[in-house]
Amino acid sequence: MNIKEIQEEIVDEFSMFDDWMQRYEYMIDLGKSLPLINEQYKTDDNIIKGCQSKVWVHAELENDKLVFTADSDAIITKGIIGILIRAFSNQKPQDIIDANTDFIDEIGLKEHLSPTRANGLVSMVKQLKMYAIAYQTQIK
Amino acid sequence: MIDIKKIREDFPILKREVNGKPLVYFDNAATSQTPQQVIDVIVDYYSNYNANIHRGVHTLSQEATDVYEQARKKIQEHFNAAKSHEIIFTSGTTHSINLVANGFSAILKKGDEIIVSALEHHSNIVPWQMLCERTGAILKVIPMNLDGELLMNQYHSLLSTKTKLVFTNHVSNALGTVNPIEEIIASAHKVGAAVLIDGAQAAPHIKADMQALNVDFYTVSGHKVCGPTGTGMLYGKEEWLNKLPPYQGGGEMIAEVTFEETTYAELPHKFEAGTPNICGGIAFGAALDYMNAIDFNAIAAYEHELLQYATQQLLAIEGLKIYGTAKNKTSVISFNIEGLHPYDIGSILDKLGIAVRTGHHCAQPIMDFFKIPGTVRASFSFYNTKEEIDSLVEAVKRAKAMLL
Repeated sequence: MNIKEIQEEIVDEFSMFDDWMQRYEYMIDLGKSLPLINEQYKTDDNIIKGCQSKVWVHAELENDKLVFTADSDAIITKGIIGILIRAFSNQKPQDIIDANTDFIDEIGLKEHLSPTRANGLVSMVKQLKMYAIAYQTQIK
Repeated sequence: MIDIKKIREDFPILKREVNGKPLVYFDNAATSQTPQQVIDVIVDYYSNYNANIHRGVHTLSQEATDVYEQARKKIQEHFNAAKSHEIIFTSGTTHSINLVANGFSAILKKGDEIIVSALEHHSNIVPWQMLCERTGAILKVIPMNLDGELLMNQYHSLLSTKTKLVFTNHVSNALGTVNPIEEIIASAHKVGAAVLIDGAQAAPHIKADMQALNVDFYTVSGHKVCGPTGTGMLYGKEEWLNKLPPYQGGGEMIAEVTFEETTYAELPHKFEAGTPNICGGIAFGAALDYMNAIDFNAIAAYEHELLQYATQQLLAIEGLKIYGTAKNKTSVISFNIEGLHPYDIGSILDKLGIAVRTGHHCAQPIMDFFKIPGTVRASFSFYNTKEEIDSLVEAVKRAKAMLL
């Protein structure tokens, strides 16, 4: 599946929930199934700034696709980075760079999370795209 | 006695809903809410006598000047300062502290020592670090115990004739500890050191008496005592304020200006460059009037009752740990639940309409001491109720069930 198809799938899943509690519970579950970062990459360099909780992200190129792993010390944050990674992992760097992120609004994450968290989310997207840009230059 | 029903009527914001639930506001240590009486003063100022002060000969300017100076008198009386010009209007505690720190950069020499407490807010650490960098003075820290109380023996052994300044908060923002400032001040004076007490967290709960404390500097933020944001005061003993150089240059703070030389205005204007927050200063005074009308003893007694009730109810939740268990503390509870990040708990509480603070509370050294990333902090005011505490306890239980 390409990024757009995965994003549509996520939006579909979230549209099944009527209230915030179900959304949060689902996010917490997603957090638990996050592809965890190898401990050796949990360094200060890999921390995403702008989040109240700690978020580490690592990127690796496999064939010509970028694979992300991550972790956080907060469960809800793990869910959020989990959703982003599901959409962006295993994709070509150029596709990640070009991807639009409107699906975050559509699943009601941005408006339902507190401002500090929303900023964290923006930082996370930015960081994933930065990795894609960095690896794209390597491929060329 | 507190007439809680009547008091709550005074605060329009307490009627609003958040995420479809009635607002439970437990972030009072960050900022207090504003009663209608203070809002009315703000509206009255802009509706009837908004003008620049200390300059105009016209009626509006004179009226505004009179009311602004009356506010200074009110603040002086509230804190029992000897003279009204010992009250400097500032934009808040951070501004007040920076004003003093800047002044001391002209006084301190290499090798002089400054003592701060381990319980400080970043605003009370960073300006002194900057001051030490500028002057070559050395920063020493009074450590604390696991209850969040300062180790006074260690404090006494840090004091020497090299000590020039001692800074500590009256009440810790992160833990609520009330520090023994009487002893801190008296001992510092014995070695000839000046003392600045950050009263930001104390002012909503304790009426501090400047003359009885014999303190050199004391700072308060208006927005923590039911006043507007961007207001505050620096109390300074006259002799100290005369010794310190001005902080900012501009209008109002000068007596005479030629291109060769400027002579500075008398106190308090020397430290009040430019057009101040006139309306804010007036409203700050009105906020103290409001709280005094309720009575600080009644406020303290009621908040103590809320603190005890909340402590007891929260501790009944398995895995909940309270940080800051000093014998003498204000109505602040900093807590965590084993295995959970404070941020997750705060996010769920917000969905349930409960406003708490999560994070390091601008006091990272305290969090490092307890080896935690942060806490959930619920801070209670005299307009909060036991029913609201019940809502908090229920919400924490619900968050725990969802997250664990």
